[in-house]
Amino acid sequence: MAGKDLERSKEAEGFEHEFESGLAVISQDKISDPGLAPHRVRMTDKSPKHAKNAERQVAVLFLLSVVGSFFALWAYVAFPITEDLSTVRANNLWLGLGMTLSLLGIGIGAVHWAKTLMPDFEVSEARHQTRGSEDVRAAAVEIVKLADQESGFSRRKLIRRTMYGALALFPLPALIVFGDLGPVVGDSLRHTMWKKGTRLTKDPTGIPIKASDVTLGSVFHVIPEGLAEMHEHKLEEKAKAAVLLVRLNQEDLKEDESKKDWSYDGIVAYSKICTHVGCPVALYEQHTHHLLCPCHQSTFDVTEHCKVVFGPASRPLPQLPISVDAEGYLIAQSDFLEPVGPSFWER
Amino acid sequence: MSLRRRLNGSRRSPLAATIVIAAGLLFSGGGFAVATSVVESNVATAYTADQIAEGKKLFLSNCASCHGLNSEGTKAGPSLIGVGAASVDFQVGSGRMPGQGSGPQLPKKTVQFTEAQIELMAAYVASLAPGPAIPDEKYLEATGDAAHGGELFRINCAMCHNAVGAGGALTEGKYAPVLKGVSAKHIYEAMVTGPQNMPVFNDSNLTPTDKQDIITYLAYMDENESAGGYALASLGPVAEGLFIWIFGLGGIIAITVWLAAKSN
Amino acid sequence: MTTAVSEKKPEGALASTANYLDERLGVGGILKNFGRKVFPDHWSFMLGEVALYSFVILLISGTFLTFFYQPAMTEIIYDGSYVPLKGAQMSIAYASSLDISFEIRGGMLMRQVHHWSALLFVAAAGLHMLRVFFTGAFRKPREINWVVGFMLFILGMAAGFTGYSLPDDLLSGNGLRIIDGMIKGIPVIGTSISSGLFGGEFPGTEIVARLYGLHILLVPALILIFIAIHLFMVVIHKHTHYSGPGRTDENVVGYPLMPVYVAKAGGFFFIVFGVVMLISATFTINPIWNYGPYDPSPVSAGTQPDWYIGWLDGALRLAPSNLDIILFGHTYPFGVLIPLVGSLVFLALVAVYPFIEAWVTADKREHHVLDRPRNAPTRTAIGAAGVTFYGVLWAAASTDLIATFFQLSLNQVLVSMQVILLVGPIFAYIVTKRTCLSLQRKDREIVLHGRETGRIVRLPHGEYIEVHEPLDKYEMYKLVDFKDYRPTIVRPNEKGKITVGTRIRSALSRIYFEDRISPVSQTELNQAQAHDHSPAVTAAGTQEQLTK
Repeated sequence: MAGKDLERSKEAEGFEHEFESGLAVISQDKISDPGLAPHRVRMTDKSPKHAKNAERQVAVLFLLSVVGSFFALWAYVAFPITEDLSTVRANNLWLGLGMTLSLLGIGIGAVHWAKTLMPDFEVSEARHQTRGSEDVRAAAVEIVKLADQESGFSRRKLIRRTMYGALALFPLPALIVFGDLGPVVGDSLRHTMWKKGTRLTKDPTGIPIKASDVTLGSVFHVIPEGLAEMHEHKLEEKAKAAVLLVRLNQEDLKEDESKKDWSYDGIVAYSKICTHVGCPVALYEQHTHHLLCPCHQSTFDVTEHCKVVFGPASRPLPQLPISVDAEGYLIAQSDFLEPVGPSFWER
Repeated sequence: MSLRRRLNGSRRSPLAATIVIAAGLLFSGGGFAVATSVVESNVATAYTADQIAEGKKLFLSNCASCHGLNSEGTKAGPSLIGVGAASVDFQVGSGRMPGQGSGPQLPKKTVQFTEAQIELMAAYVASLAPGPAIPDEKYLEATGDAAHGGELFRINCAMCHNAVGAGGALTEGKYAPVLKGVSAKHIYEAMVTGPQNMPVFNDSNLTPTDKQDIITYLAYMDENESAGGYALASLGPVAEGLFIWIFGLGGIIAITVWLAAKSN
Repeated sequence: MTTAVSEKKPEGALASTANYLDERLGVGGILKNFGRKVFPDHWSFMLGEVALYSFVILLISGTFLTFFYQPAMTEIIYDGSYVPLKGAQMSIAYASSLDISFEIRGGMLMRQVHHWSALLFVAAAGLHMLRVFFTGAFRKPREINWVVGFMLFILGMAAGFTGYSLPDDLLSGNGLRIIDGMIKGIPVIGTSISSGLFGGEFPGTEIVARLYGLHILLVPALILIFIAIHLFMVVIHKHTHYSGPGRTDENVVGYPLMPVYVAKAGGFFFIVFGVVMLISATFTINPIWNYGPYDPSPVSAGTQPDWYIGWLDGALRLAPSNLDIILFGHTYPFGVLIPLVGSLVFLALVAVYPFIEAWVTADKREHHVLDRPRNAPTRTAIGAAGVTFYGVLWAAASTDLIATFFQLSLNQVLVSMQVILLVGPIFAYIVTKRTCLSLQRKDREIVLHGRETGRIVRLPHGEYIEVHEPLDKYEMYKLVDFKDYRPTIVRPNEKGKITVGTRIRSALSRIYFEDRISPVSQTELNQAQAHDHSPAVTAAGTQEQLTK
């Protein structure tokens, strides 16, 4: 086919329609297609000995698969699981290796068979243009026209328009039944378990914490008194009420005038729920006085009311105003004065 | 004393005040002793004057250049007054001290002193002021409650050290080190002294039994290999993702190249 | 009376089975039409198969898991054999996942097969998408199939996310917490969606069971439907093939379905399954027992999602601080909204790319011969920029691990990535485009003058030349058969107006095709050969041959 431009060839079966080629450059001077390359003979085609070898190799692979299957069946029983964790590891390993051999044997065997023994002559199959031929398209158009005529779809405006209305509206009840997926959002995000006088207790035991326990450089993970004993809604309350308690030197704290009495003797309490997207901000760096959230690395400065100093968070961690009761235990003065956790629309 | 005088005047004996005060003192003092003895049950070993003197010599030649001749601290190193024997045993025993070089955090290095020398230095520092003592052996045995230890570990430690102690990042180049292979004594001491930016977990926060439970949990993790096979350093989905791309998909692609290649 | 049509009685079991099926299902016709269908053979065509087989493995291993896993969030006390959790309070979902791992023989294996296969499914699908992109296989008539494939990629991510949240462990629970935080940040409807999804306040007692329904029913059903559509289209369009001798847009060159592909593709399924099985027998994945049950208070260092969600986590990490904006009494947390909307925009661009390119080139012909990436420099450069963008976001999800592993400052790693996110794609585009053009020039050189052999010959008149080995015509055709486009100039339409659309299209066509290398033409080849085959050079070459 020397010199013939294949791009424009209409001789291929079914390619009767010529498409626009847009910005394509159709060259008249293209190097011509030499046709399929000659077949390269394999060793297994030339030499019966090699073919026989290949056959044996395939058979061995399939036999290895059989061995693998039996091994897996045996391993399931031979490696029982007891209280000792290492038996789980052993069962997993040997059962798995047996199954591996069983599967790979078949797979590699089948592929090896295809590669070495099945014919590897390249074959060319003609494509048909995806587009229908003019006759087919004409017939299709006729059918649609006939359907339209017989139903009167285009003619009967009243039917058509009321149908659209009906079809548009019928899915809506199917959607509204999802309305009880969850309760209406009240002000649950604005209130936590903390109230005036609620003692600060250790997570997870619920043991109250004395101010004297909180030494310089220590961090306590805190839950409100009563949470540890809860049965219902425990995690939901914890997800709002978790608090971090640290003590700094009073002179290191740069406190707002309005919040000066929220701390007690250098001890400060902040919400543990990150104001970015809600992970627990749990890493406390004793000397830098930074709180780091491990999820997206938002960093908060405890000396300045936990304002954001790095990372994607935006608002400082809400502070829990604390004080001590008559016995020296730390208590909350009130609930948080703003919603804890991530920002939301109604905030 | 006639009956009349007793009925008219104070009913109290002149000794009453004395008795009340004495009782009060006994009660509160004894109560205090009991209460604090629960907390400080690993009471500091008594060091001899010789040990303290030898320790001071070691201190002056190896530590004073950064920590000050009287351990009062300099620009190069903090004061050691009140840090306790536990800090010395931890820092010097893990090779972190003597500190070398600058940087956000001083790393573990080869230990430069013998156990005996470390004990002497600890004795000296303990003599400066009361501070955390080297823990009692009985809290270092891995015979506690691993499940309770695990729960405490996840709440107090995992955010920095990772859920199984595989280590983690802090800000500005600092890090929480890997805990595998760390001795029970050092784990205890680190908790109670709060080295570098690690917070202090005093004995009211995590009681000695709590600390022992944590040690038990970590020992269990150290001794028991992962039940699913090699653990890929317990680093989680990042390691797993890298593995599947490089070895899983990479291996399979190697196989596809073989599969689609013409046979010889 | 005998029937008019004589029936040959089938002999043998195989023949009678075939007859039975043919008389009821017409399998004869199916075999005739499809039995010798030709499929081209190239390793890069097998990536979609890897994804398909991974999905089958997921269905098989997943079915096993459904017999043992219980999607309930009721709290119980653990009493199984894993010592560090004995006596711990946890949900039934978590406890049943632990039981699968520690109490049931083969349970750990099936769990690991399931999870490793899930990672492989999305990886293979993603790499397959990249192959399709860089070879231009999304061009007409396959644009719709590209969109179907894109949907499969998204559904794969959805299946993975819902799946790994099922054990209700600390790691995946924190992932759900993050999703909840992001949802809450959506303006107007965010808090309502959050309440609807979790059945009230986070975490609630509904989410695991709801995700379970999505994970085993809705998402796999959608995936199956889309796979069916995807493969149906591959059948009607037939597979594409790379350029080469005998390969045109009007044929497909390869091997017949039976027996070669049945053996190779069938065997490949077993190989993929075997590889996944080997990995699952030897490497731990998702050790939920290490993380503990979900609780809103603890968290582990190194909290990352599975790799295919990583780019979204990275996007969250790279957002700058303090982006909350409060307008008219409502909070807009742009620190969350920008990554959210940005990722959707990125995905949308990926989904519609074929239509953009089709609009620019205005080429309405069917394309069945694939491009080598170097022969479509702008498309390849755009792809490289997109991959860089995705890759930086993906890497950004592991900033803390990068910092610990390479002993760097976490903060510096993050800031560097913010910079690379903006600069990297541009840099990648420029470097890739130039590299493609250079490679095209190199191909031209090889076509015109043959391969450099490294043999230096001194000609009689003193000139030194390097002997080049010319390509044979088959090798040569591979390098000259590619599509060439030129940019368009702005022209007024019938009404004499130059529309904005025309201007944009013209500008884009210039970006795409202004710098281009055309394939070597026959004339150029003749000229080059005439020069190279001058008597002195030929003699020198032959002399070299003789003296070797």
